[in-house]
Amino acid sequence: MKRVVITGAGTINALGHTVPETLEAFREGRCGIGPLEFRDVERLAINIGGQIKNFEAEGIFNRQQMSLYDRFTQFTLVAAREAIAQAGLEFIGDLAAKSGVVLGNSGGGMTTLDENYRHVYEDGKNRVHPFVVPKLMNNAAASHVSMEFNLKGPTFTVASACASSNHAMAQAFQMVRTGMAPVMVTGGSESMLCFGGVKAWEGLRVMSKDACRPFSMNRNGMVQGEGAGIFVFEEYEHAKKRGAEILAEIAGFSMTSDASDIVMPSKQGAARAISGAMKDAGINADEVGYINAHGTGTAANDKTECAAVADALGPHADKVMISSTKSMHGHLIGGTGAVELLACIMALRDGVIAPTIGYEEPDPECALDVVPNEAREAKVDVALSNAFAFGGLNAVLALRKV
Amino acid sequence: MDIQNKVIEIIADQAMLDPSDVTMDKTLEDLGIDSLGLVESIFAIEEAFDIQVPFNANEPDQSDFDISSVAAIVAGIQKLVAEQHS
Repeated sequence: MKRVVITGAGTINALGHTVPETLEAFREGRCGIGPLEFRDVERLAINIGGQIKNFEAEGIFNRQQMSLYDRFTQFTLVAAREAIAQAGLEFIGDLAAKSGVVLGNSGGGMTTLDENYRHVYEDGKNRVHPFVVPKLMNNAAASHVSMEFNLKGPTFTVASACASSNHAMAQAFQMVRTGMAPVMVTGGSESMLCFGGVKAWEGLRVMSKDACRPFSMNRNGMVQGEGAGIFVFEEYEHAKKRGAEILAEIAGFSMTSDASDIVMPSKQGAARAISGAMKDAGINADEVGYINAHGTGTAANDKTECAAVADALGPHADKVMISSTKSMHGHLIGGTGAVELLACIMALRDGVIAPTIGYEEPDPECALDVVPNEAREAKVDVALSNAFAFGGLNAVLALRKV
Repeated sequence: MDIQNKVIEIIADQAMLDPSDVTMDKTLEDLGIDSLGLVESIFAIEEAFDIQVPFNANEPDQSDFDISSVAAIVAGIQKLVAEQHS
C-alpha cells in the first residue's frame, strides 16, 4: 500500500475565492452567510445562505465555455485551477493516462434546471438551449476538469448527498493508495442556491431563517451554502521525488450505511464510520486532536454526532476539539466535505483550529469542546473529517501531519 | 367538510388508519406518525386550506404551532384558517 499526500488545494465559497482567503476567514471566525440574491427570492420563506458574491464568471470563461458551464462547474474549475497550480503538476504521457478526477456533487446543474424549467413551464416556451443536458449532468464538472488538465484516467462523479465529497475523496485516496493512479484530482462542488433549489429544502422544514448555530442549544436548522473544494491527491514518493510541497497526508477512511432511516441520523452508523477511519489509518483515539464535524446546526444531527464521537473516541472525546465551519460557509451539500477538509489542513499545518461561530448557549447533549466563536492555536497531529448524509450514508476521512 | 373532519382525514391518511380511530385525545406518537410523517401532514394541511403553518422540525416545542395532540392541531389549524383567510 502506498502513502497518499495532498499537494494542492483550491476553493471558492462564501468566505473567499481562494484557499488563503478562506483560511483567513476561518482564523477570524468570519460569517459568510447573508441575504440571498436571485430571481424570485421574495417567494421563499428562507432567504439567507452562504452565497458566493462578486464572482464574475464572464471574465474567467469565454462565451463557448459559458454556454456549457453551470455554476457548479464554474466553481469546480476555479478551485481546480488553484489546486493544480499549487501542486505544480503538468499532466502528460503516462501521468496523464493514469491520473483522473473523482468529484462529489449532489444536485448537478440546479441553476440550469431551474432556468430551463421556468422557460418551458412558466414562460410557455417550446425550445431550450441545445446544451441543457451536458450543462446540467452532474458529471459535467469532473469531465471539464479532465478536459482542461488532460486527465485521462478514472473520472466520474459520486453522489451521496451531504457525504458526496467525502465519498469521492475516499475513492480517490483508494486509487492512489493501491497504486492504480499516481495522482487524483478530487473534492466536490455544489450550487443549489436558486429558487427551486432553496424551495425544495424549505419543504423539509429543517432550514434556519436566521443563522447556522451548530451545537448551540438555540440552534434552529441548517443554512445552505455553495462552492467547491478541489485537492490534488498524490502518491507520497511521487510527490517527494519532484520536491512538491506536502499539505497533509490522507491516512485512512471509512464508509458506512445506517440502513435505517432516509433522513434521521444514526449514532451507531456515524460511530462505526469514525472508528473505522481511525482503524484504517492505524490511529489510536487519543492521537486525534481535531475533528471537523458534520455539524449542520439541526437538532437531530448535532446531538447524534456528539454521541457518536463520544462512543468512538471514548474518554478522549472530552479532550478533542471539534468544530463546524458550516456556521461560516453554510452547508455545501455535495461539496461540503471538500471545503471542510481545508479546516483539517489548517489545523495540521498551521496549528490553528477553525471555530464554530454563532455559538450562544451550551447544549448538554452536545457537551464537547466545540471551539466556540474564536479560532484557537493548538498543535494537532491527526484530524478527522466527518460527513453524514441523508440516506444514512457516512464517510469519514483521517488526516495526518507530514 | 368542516376543518376538524378534514384535518382528521389528512392525519388518518398519513397514519394509514380509519378516520374514526383518530380521536381528538390522540398524540402523533399514539398514531405512529414520525417526524417525516408530521412534515408531510403539515404540507397536506397547508395545501387543503391554502394556509402557511409556522413549523420548524428543529424546534417543534418552540414553533408557534402546537402539535401535542389531534385536538391541539385542529385548534391550531382553525385559528390559522381564521387569521389567514380573514
